Amino acid sequence: MAQYVPNTKSEQLKMLEEIGKTWNDLLSPIPVGVRLNRELDLPPGISEFEVMAKMASYAKENKVFSTVLRGAGSYRHLIPSVVRHLSSREEFVTAYTPYQAEFSQGILQSIFEYQTMICQLTGMDASNASVYDGASAVAEAVNMTVDKKRRRALLSANLDPQSIMTVQTYTQHLPIDVEIIPSKNGRLDLEWLKNNLSEDLACVVIQHPNYFGILEDTQAISDVVHSSKAKMIVSVNPISLAVFKEPHAYGADIAVGEAQPLGLNIAFGGPYLGFMATTNEMVRKLPGRIVGQTLDLDGKRAFVLTLQAREQHIRREKASSSLCSNQAHCALTAAMYLTSMGPQGLKDVASQCFHKAHFLQKQLSALNFKLKYDQPFFHEFVTSTPVHTDKIVRHLEENDILAGLPLGDHTMLWCVTEAVSEREIHAVLRLLEEVSK
Amino acid sequence: MSNLIFETSRQGRRCVILPGSQMHGDNLYEEFIRESALKLPEVAEIDIVRHYIGLSRKAHGVDNGFYPLGSCTMKYNPRLNEDTASLSGFAHIHPLQPEYTVNGALKALWHLQSSLCEVTGMDAFTVQPAAGAHGEFTGMLLINAYHQSRKDVARTQVIVPDSAHGTNPASAAMAGYEVISVKSNAKGGVDIDELRSLVSEKTAALMLTNPNTLGLFDENIKEIAQIVHEAGGLLYYDGANLNAIMGLSRPGDMGFDVVHLNLHKTFSTPHGGGGPGSGPVGVKKILEPFLPNGTVIKNNEELTIKKDAETTIGRMRSFYGNFLTNIRALTYILSLGRDGLKEASMNAVLNANYMMEKLNDLYTVAYPGTCMHEFVVSMEKEKHEYNVSAKDVSKALLDVGIHPPTMYFPQIVHEALMIEPNETESKETLDFAIQTFRDIYHTALTNGQALRDAPLTTPVKRVDDVLAARSPILIYKKPE
Repeated sequence: MAQYVPNTKSEQLKMLEEIGKTWNDLLSPIPVGVRLNRELDLPPGISEFEVMAKMASYAKENKVFSTVLRGAGSYRHLIPSVVRHLSSREEFVTAYTPYQAEFSQGILQSIFEYQTMICQLTGMDASNASVYDGASAVAEAVNMTVDKKRRRALLSANLDPQSIMTVQTYTQHLPIDVEIIPSKNGRLDLEWLKNNLSEDLACVVIQHPNYFGILEDTQAISDVVHSSKAKMIVSVNPISLAVFKEPHAYGADIAVGEAQPLGLNIAFGGPYLGFMATTNEMVRKLPGRIVGQTLDLDGKRAFVLTLQAREQHIRREKASSSLCSNQAHCALTAAMYLTSMGPQGLKDVASQCFHKAHFLQKQLSALNFKLKYDQPFFHEFVTSTPVHTDKIVRHLEENDILAGLPLGDHTMLWCVTEAVSEREIHAVLRLLEEVSK
Repeated sequence: MSNLIFETSRQGRRCVILPGSQMHGDNLYEEFIRESALKLPEVAEIDIVRHYIGLSRKAHGVDNGFYPLGSCTMKYNPRLNEDTASLSGFAHIHPLQPEYTVNGALKALWHLQSSLCEVTGMDAFTVQPAAGAHGEFTGMLLINAYHQSRKDVARTQVIVPDSAHGTNPASAAMAGYEVISVKSNAKGGVDIDELRSLVSEKTAALMLTNPNTLGLFDENIKEIAQIVHEAGGLLYYDGANLNAIMGLSRPGDMGFDVVHLNLHKTFSTPHGGGGPGSGPVGVKKILEPFLPNGTVIKNNEELTIKKDAETTIGRMRSFYGNFLTNIRALTYILSLGRDGLKEASMNAVLNANYMMEKLNDLYTVAYPGTCMHEFVVSMEKEKHEYNVSAKDVSKALLDVGIHPPTMYFPQIVHEALMIEPNETESKETLDFAIQTFRDIYHTALTNGQALRDAPLTTPVKRVDDVLAARSPILIYKKPE
């Protein structure tokens, strides 16, 4: 079996002897009544080679598609080699939360740089060190805006359904009323919102581009939200910010999102990366770790975990969140990705996503896959399908292509990123022409 | 002082170039176009590599040296785990692929869930929660759902020991509960008499870590379980310290109804500088119907993902949890097997007792006796007599390349240092650490100033955390 205990049996006995104890003495604190008087019903340990074979056999039972046209919260982008190599440096991988600042300047500085890049993307003033994922980031953001007077949260129906459910799950036993703003032709129903404002409204949450890929009328929504002095929370795709207006530009109070597109594998849904950024005014309500710049004894620039008075280990039940560990290594990876892309590279990624998606949509339209909502979109869009979506999924699968996500028998949500080549897009079109006949 | 990446940036430098594409879809919508400049760093590949290698040299992981950070179980992270998590069939599958194309992923998660059931004595697991605190919150929601399903709605209180992690009361409060604190007794366990006086028809649950944060196994665990159950409450197990008891004792057999585990502690997945972790939650049969959507379940012998169930608490996040972290944990369980898991726990206990016995003539052990996987010493006396604090001892350790223990926790011990050596450290590493602790102690008595000045060899000297909180600088801004 694989063996990670370095001490040999005789070394272990020598240690016991040195402290004058036996194995029985050491296990004596466990009352007899709760001791496990048998071996665990698991197989015995095996060598690393056998483990690898077993795990590889599981991996082999999963289909890895060479072309992916499915997004809906998980996006396959190109990941540069330098990101993979640098992020696997063992000091980053095997360290823990940088509690000891003097010993952890590398980790702390990397988080400070990540926070800065999130603010560069979103235009916001401050970011935390990350949270579990995009959906939990939305839920944490809602909690930030609620107080004794304002207890009503309005969520756009066009949020990723998983974000909606996560908010509902998080707030189910808290004094927060969650309501859904209806959707009108794929966008938030602004008239409904205008007619449903109230003095106790804490926040309005939108996704932009929304679950259907559509760009919302962010400025108009922001004006309405702020007319009632509520906060505007926007969940954004970070890649889209390279070409589209940043949340600060239309007055968002909290910008959150799923940063998996920034250099993280799709990996069956995790680990991903939730980012949260806000204004200086609200920074003391941000949950989770935050790194700040300070000085050491010699007056040298240094970094440290800060504003900890917000956190659960100090405030216990009075903290607004129990958030403790975050997704630091994913944040590090995202910062490496953004650095390797730079402003021009990220614009190229966003621009290729936009053009390839729009090209596919137009060509599909000619094949009778009609755009469901005539609205501006980024890299995802919904069409009707001339044949049952199952048939499309099967036919593309036979050709190693993961089709868009079926939203119904004859409705599909498509996604195109820069990782899909022009040649692949033409191949997809040929296959879809075949299957629609 | 090393540059921030923004200071290394030079206008126009490039690293990654995408494959070219002439495809034109449409004109960008004018009203949405970003007007402000995108200020990301502009660097060449060599610049990035030097930058991050530089940062990595100013970080300390388990691979660099001894890391006895109490309650965090900083054990060695096997390389094999990284290799299995990198397999294309795991890393490159989409979470919304048709289920028939991800049978291997479902089988692997089921294999992990079943193994965790056996290790803990529970009936079902979800691996969706992303971290320990997330698992606690999940567990509290499950308990709430259970009581509500029985129309037992007057249960509004959760009892938490004063020695508990801060996440416990915070998680209970997020699930809508009033938190009631129960004292520790002279032996560091739950004060049984006080517990008796606190339980009532209002008690929803007791949250307990066992062994607790003092490294002590609560000898009254059966009685505690009985008191809470008789009052109609449930028992929640914080699995932060499971590393002490694998194959030796099981929370399910002690009477716990819900447990969370920290796979990044007990099951050797790397801590990544603060995450991603994984905080699976296990439950007894009575709570199984309420597990979140996105959990792998068995339906008529077929594995599937729980969706839109009527009795669920909802979902804790997107998709199915930190999948690749869970793959690493399964790899570890397969590697060690029933014999290896037990051996790991026994050696974790041995290493902790070995260190404790070799230090307790100098350092004051907060609660003497046989400890489990960790122990807590108090510097209260030394603080008074020599003005040397737990923090001073910690900072002195940095100068010899040892990561300090957890400081100032649990809060019931003044000037606490919580030491958890774990099983993957050799006798000579422990001996070196013991000698270092002893040397530092002697320095404390003879030259306290030397400790108050430490560290001297780290990239920066003691940092001013008061300044950081008073005038927060949270992002880099280019000087005007």
